[in-house]
Amino acid sequence: MRRVSAFNLVSLAVGIAFLYLPIVVLVIYSFNASRLVAVWGGWSLHWYAVLIHDAALIDAASISIRLALLSASAATVLGMLAALALVRFGRFRGRLLFAAMIYAPLVMPEVITGLSLLLLFVAVAADRGFWTVAIAHTTMAMCFVTVIVQSRLADFDRSLEEAAMDLGASPLKTFFAVTLPLILPAVIAAWMLAFALSLDDLVIASFTTGPGATTLPIRIYSEVRLGVKPEMNAVCSIMIAVIAIAVIAASLFGKLTTARGGPGRVQS
Amino acid sequence: MTKLGHGSFLQKLVVRVPFIWLLAFFLLPFAIVLKISLSQTAIARPPYTPVLDLTAGWHGVTAFFGGLSFDNYALIGGDPLYVLSYLKSVEIAAFATLMLLVVGYPVAYAIARTSPRWQAVLVLLVILPFWTSLLIRVYAWMNILQRDGLLNDVLMALSLVKTPPAWLATDTAIYIGIVYSYLPFMVLPLYATLEKLDQSLLEAAADLGCPRWKAFWLVTLPLSSSGVIAGVLLCFIPIVGEFVIPDLLGGSRAPMIGQTIWVEFFGNQDWPAASAVAIVLVCLLVTPIVIYQHQAMRAAERD
Repeated sequence: MRRVSAFNLVSLAVGIAFLYLPIVVLVIYSFNASRLVAVWGGWSLHWYAVLIHDAALIDAASISIRLALLSASAATVLGMLAALALVRFGRFRGRLLFAAMIYAPLVMPEVITGLSLLLLFVAVAADRGFWTVAIAHTTMAMCFVTVIVQSRLADFDRSLEEAAMDLGASPLKTFFAVTLPLILPAVIAAWMLAFALSLDDLVIASFTTGPGATTLPIRIYSEVRLGVKPEMNAVCSIMIAVIAIAVIAASLFGKLTTARGGPGRVQS
Repeated sequence: MTKLGHGSFLQKLVVRVPFIWLLAFFLLPFAIVLKISLSQTAIARPPYTPVLDLTAGWHGVTAFFGGLSFDNYALIGGDPLYVLSYLKSVEIAAFATLMLLVVGYPVAYAIARTSPRWQAVLVLLVILPFWTSLLIRVYAWMNILQRDGLLNDVLMALSLVKTPPAWLATDTAIYIGIVYSYLPFMVLPLYATLEKLDQSLLEAAADLGCPRWKAFWLVTLPLSSSGVIAGVLLCFIPIVGEFVIPDLLGGSRAPMIGQTIWVEFFGNQDWPAASAVAIVLVCLLVTPIVIYQHQAMRAAERD
């Protein structure tokens, strides 16, 4: 047991308070009865009731959820293949370019990714809408998936795969019977991250979307640009609650905390 | 080394599917941005010229290359609006990254000093806000920073100010928003290197009579340099191109380059100019991105 000094304790307390205070304030204000966002008018569920009748908002939420389900699943498959390629197949031709294309999107400003994909869709005269945003989100998220799965693949005992193949299992069977179960916690964490990234994204979706495919963040952004609105406090609180429950459940479930070491590929 | 059927059909598939996807949806779009940045604005659909017309054969290709020009880049270089926007973005990103380092280092250090059980909980606490949407977190700050918001209420209650100051649409608000949003990106890589730090080195320094601040300066800091570099790059590069935070908290008066691209594109419908601004931004960021990639690949290979 290491001793924790007073200075460390204060750093921790201030750091954590800084991270949570704004979110707590937002959630509290979402229960404010007053129409004036800054004046406290007592507790109320009024703004949550208002949401139920906001058809445009519900529509946007349903588009966002479908989009996140689709792009997270596609990104997980592509990212897993890319991770296998990078970790298992040694030095194939174009590996450097391949690795560069995996790492660059992780830090690329979203404005550039969004702009470049939009110009691609215009150049090939694709109809912009749900599918173009799905492609954009898949591309962005697959790189995060690759990094997470890659670290898990690099960690595990290769001899298990070799044993399976020595016993006559085909490569495909080895993957599904040995490799996949072992990397499953990382794959699930990666899928969740991809889902959250898609659900969060405003910039890339704004560039690549078309008529009829307004996602929830685009909708929220257009509402809050000009100021704080009580209904938006309620929407944001719901999103925070859903994500918090999902992440806590998953982290109790598996190694999520380490898997979200994130793009820096930082955990051991 | 590999036993998964060297050069087999399956292996080709595993490599080629994601490879082709990235070529089509990451590399090719950049080539198109580059091409459009060399085009002219036109009142047409798409709103630029020349358009490569392969049906016209060789003549179409020569007409296409003849029509390219560097006018957009000359425009950017000559217009103080763009130059100031780049400088402002780099300035904000540099100062914000420095602040993140100052705020994030003690937090990461403190987490690494707790027991492994607490480390897991604290890391989750740092990560959790980062899973919620950036938009929502920035919006939460709009609640606090508005003129009759919580911050001014507290300041007035403590009689620190007489009239409530405006926080929104200032650089201060941008800095608060950036430091808040990017803190996990700084803390996690720092924590990862600090956690692996061999404590006996510090004990050795103490036994040899080295004061703690000096041991920190001579031992801890140099040994955590890879975490510092990773954290700095992970924050600096995306901050330069940040759009949501300056747009919602900073107002429209002092735009960063991400906003400039957005406005050129959506507001002015000037696609060639927006593309040229984006290309210059990528060139600006290419050095830090290459350093970052190098680091990330080395880290991946070490494991």
